[in-house]
Amino acid sequence: MQITPLIAAKAELTSGGLPAEPIVLSTRVRLARNIVSFPFPGRANSSQREQVLHTCFEAMQDLHDFEDGHLLETLKLSPLEKQALVERHLISRELSQAEHAGGVAVSADQKVSVMVNEEDHLRLQLVRTGFNLDTTWNEINALDTEMEGKLDYAFSDQLGYLTACPTNLGTGLRASAMLHLPGLVMQEYMEKVVRMVNQLGMAVRGLFGEGSEATGSIFQISNQQTLGESEQDIIKRLSSILHAIIEQEQNARQVILEKKPARLFDKIGRAYGILQNGHLLSSEEAMNLLSLMRLAVDLGLLPEDYRTQVDRLFIEAQPGHVQLTAKGEIEPRERDKQRATRMREEFAQAPTLNYKNLSYPAG
Amino acid sequence: MAKPEQCKHCQKPATIHLTQIVDNKMHQVDLCEDCPFKQGVTDPEGFSLADFLMKPPAVLSARQEALKCEECGFTPADFKKTGRFGCPHCYSTFSDLLQPMLRNMHKDVVHRGKTPERARQRVDIKRKLTEREEAMTQAISEENYEKAAEIRDEINELKKQLEAETSSS
Ligand SMILES: [Zn+2]
Ligand SMILES: [Zn+2]
Repeated sequence: MQITPLIAAKAELTSGGLPAEPIVLSTRVRLARNIVSFPFPGRANSSQREQVLHTCFEAMQDLHDFEDGHLLETLKLSPLEKQALVERHLISRELSQAEHAGGVAVSADQKVSVMVNEEDHLRLQLVRTGFNLDTTWNEINALDTEMEGKLDYAFSDQLGYLTACPTNLGTGLRASAMLHLPGLVMQEYMEKVVRMVNQLGMAVRGLFGEGSEATGSIFQISNQQTLGESEQDIIKRLSSILHAIIEQEQNARQVILEKKPARLFDKIGRAYGILQNGHLLSSEEAMNLLSLMRLAVDLGLLPEDYRTQVDRLFIEAQPGHVQLTAKGEIEPRERDKQRATRMREEFAQAPTLNYKNLSYPAG
Repeated sequence: MAKPEQCKHCQKPATIHLTQIVDNKMHQVDLCEDCPFKQGVTDPEGFSLADFLMKPPAVLSARQEALKCEECGFTPADFKKTGRFGCPHCYSTFSDLLQPMLRNMHKDVVHRGKTPERARQRVDIKRKLTEREEAMTQAISEENYEKAAEIRDEINELKKQLEAETSSS
């Protein structure tokens, strides 16, 4: 297994980064870049794709960011390894399924990953825990400038960075944040929020269950437009929208605590019980239960460090990770069993939910 | 209880319900856990319905229909099929076809962000070139031929630099 050290390492999103924050799980910025004199990956022939892969890997291997990092060629990975990389947000599903030469460079702390021969020749990505859009942009910008010294980017004075899809043209920048919004989901405000965000030119995506019960209540908010504004302006606009959503979520939580605390505590208490005692858990159910544990931490019912643990389990409860832990491909039913076993172990030592310690907003 | 939903792609029971909002409309996609088409929260790129909704203008003139990128051979039909271009040069080939689309898609149609160093140098040289050419016209109109000849040498030097920059990229 080529990726074993990567799975075992302390990564930015699985406890290596800053302590997890309430509401904002992580911030991510990606840049789409292409090299002149090669067709885009979708149009390139196999020898051109191989040339691009080697040119890019060569340019990256000496960069400080990838010291002790990993340069992985996707064709040399097993399906399970690729699935785990997808679940860790290090490669896209599209790249994991590609049958042509492609790869990814991952920094030792897994903050930085650069996909080669995805839709564009290069997709540079940097992720940080919590709400850190400015830092995230500054860091990826520095890496991009370093890469630019080694590679000749396709760029037009009029249209900016040229990308395979015109939706990424210009800055090639997609900034996003993963938000945990259980309050807005319980209050059934999400549709309204989504509409507002959408009108402001930003996209919301999330995993929804039946009715208003979203899987894990986790949503990704990102910019849609990439051309006509500077990177700083895009990030500023996204930031102010994120602040507005965070405030709405805080309000929703307060309203729930005032008006129907028993309903909320019942949900949290049951989730805690199932995580400690369940024997079969699908990934969707696990996500929903973990989401309630994250909320319990925010409300002061569980110690702060459980938030980072929950964020790590969000990733490790995914099907690929469960199978990697089991050291091979296993059926969904067996996965549900192993996932539940894992959760029982993880929560066996958890302190009793302390309703006397309830404090919201925290501090 | 709502009826159990089936995966849009493989008819297995759907456990993942992906919702996206594009242009104020909710689109729900039901997928199974193993679905190869599952994209979204676990995917750094996500999947963007906007990509699917983005379409080139339906009616093209005969002249536009006949366009073909001289670098990669891409045609407007290829673009319609994939929603992607073939190579960086396609952007000049299909420029007038692209403009109205960009207007719908983005804040503006002019790049205002980061510029790579190489491109900045190119812009600088072009700017100097324009400035020198104006100075030469001025010198000629003043019948200062000695000065004009000096400027012409400078212009030739700048043109050489520009060519070097462009061919290296
Ligand atoms: Zn499926
Ligand atoms: Zn082309």
